[in-house]
Amino acid sequence: MQAKRVTFPGKITPYLLLLPQVAVTLVFFVWPAGEALVSSLFAQDAFGLGSTFVGLANFAALLRDPAYLEAVGVSFLFAFCVTTLAMGLGLLFAAAADALGKAAGLYQVLLVWPYAVAPAVAGVLWLFMFDPSVGMVAHALRTMGISWNHVLDGGQALTLVILAAAWKQVSYNFLFFYAGLRAIPQGALEAAALDGAGPFQRFRHIVLPLLAPTTFFLLVVNLTYAFFDTFGIIHATTGGGPGRATTILVYKVFRDGFEGLDLGGSSAQSVVLLVIVVALTALQFRHIERKVSY
Amino acid sequence: MAGTSRLSLLLAHLALIAGAAVMMAPLYVAFVASTYAGGDFLSGRVGLLPGPHLVENYRLALTTGSSTAGIPPVGPMLWNSLVVAVVIAAGKISISILSAFAICYFRFPLRVPAFWLIFMTLMLPVEVRILPTFEVAARLDLLNSYAGLTVPLIASATATFLFRQVFMTIPDELTEAALIDGAGPLRFFWSILLPLSRTNIAALFVILFLYGWNQYLWPLMVTTDASYFTVVMGIRRLVGAAAEADPVWHLVMATAILALVPPVLVIAVLQRLFVRGLTETEK
Repeated sequence: MQAKRVTFPGKITPYLLLLPQVAVTLVFFVWPAGEALVSSLFAQDAFGLGSTFVGLANFAALLRDPAYLEAVGVSFLFAFCVTTLAMGLGLLFAAAADALGKAAGLYQVLLVWPYAVAPAVAGVLWLFMFDPSVGMVAHALRTMGISWNHVLDGGQALTLVILAAAWKQVSYNFLFFYAGLRAIPQGALEAAALDGAGPFQRFRHIVLPLLAPTTFFLLVVNLTYAFFDTFGIIHATTGGGPGRATTILVYKVFRDGFEGLDLGGSSAQSVVLLVIVVALTALQFRHIERKVSY
Repeated sequence: MAGTSRLSLLLAHLALIAGAAVMMAPLYVAFVASTYAGGDFLSGRVGLLPGPHLVENYRLALTTGSSTAGIPPVGPMLWNSLVVAVVIAAGKISISILSAFAICYFRFPLRVPAFWLIFMTLMLPVEVRILPTFEVAARLDLLNSYAGLTVPLIASATATFLFRQVFMTIPDELTEAALIDGAGPLRFFWSILLPLSRTNIAALFVILFLYGWNQYLWPLMVTTDASYFTVVMGIRRLVGAAAEADPVWHLVMATAILALVPPVLVIAVLQRLFVRGLTETEK
């Protein structure tokens, strides 16, 4: 971690400059995270008056808890579907926009704006379209013989939150794939075309490999988004239900800790999530390092 | 691109038109719904074209809400969202640019540990430390206040990294010149670094404004007093109300539109800054 070659003298100034950031970090990040770590190792009694050290028992209890394992399953299914859908559509639109050249500018605004919509608001927009009694899409599905009621049907509820979450993320993937496609040297494509490669072959053998770094980066970002940033969508629409059909891990931490007041269990879940974030961040940084070494 | 045929151009246009339609559909449906009267929904009068109650519905949503359905007016919530978003964006930028300045332009014993400490915040999103962070905020008496809504969110590793990158590209000759002319570090920061980072600050502000405006979980936890509700978290209450016997979907959708128009406008108007900010912060 380099500093500038030329630096200012000063022994106290740098500390004063760092003070606000470090203070906020210590008070609102390190302290609470430390408490989560500590309380994940303790069990509280029923009245919240005292606690006993239980070691890793809270974690062991998590692994035996069918509700938790179900949340793990739901989270992975949810993250997989959101990531696939959002990245697939993002790449499709980016490829189309890239083929159009300058004419693509018009579409860009129309495709990008959902990025600015809050997850909770996105959820509400989709909830309305699929509302069993007044929603347009639910009505259209009914005329096609599909009875839609996400309030009762867990699979349909999960489909709804997946659609809302993916819809919001397509914009982001579009922008990055588009930038990635623009950076591909035209010469390589022209050479391939001269050698008789058709559009599909060019895409498969030249574009996709050159897009690999972008794709990997987006994969990590999308997984992080699906795991952590979709809380608002779930909370504002299905509330984790029906039953536990849409309870993803982040939502379960909230419900067990904030509503169920199970401090030890919720903290243990927080620690598990922490490990997931650390892993995803590490992946992201490894990727950046590699990009730098090119 | 080489060898682009008419057919593939046509296909590209079709794909983008279909894509734009799917992306716009939820917004259009919400807008249409916000222009009808509450009773029109169950009777099936809501069609594909806007209805006659646009002005009336938005005025109602902004100023009165619906007391029977327990919906507070949106006007004050919009104001809270604006305050929160601006304070978070400005706060993140201010404290991050100062930290990056300290880390780049000074040599001091705790430089590397400080950098790692700031880096750690990347790994600790609010979602994974919900309960303890809430307890800290409660102990510091920050519940139901603007400080509680903003201060816990203003530490930023990404902004610090971004400014560090910007500073590393600024030539050392400028620093040498400043030292020779006898300018102190603060003078150098104010007269040279800040003006040189202007566009980066603007681009970052756009991204962080969206981040602050769209906060949901944290405002939900630290506010119980309706006068501190932000519009994005307030929307939850409306959905509950909309499912009740007296359908208020017109007000819910008017509120949703009001909640998303400010950040969407920011993106549409400042598109280049937005794209720049997005690609810079995620690198």
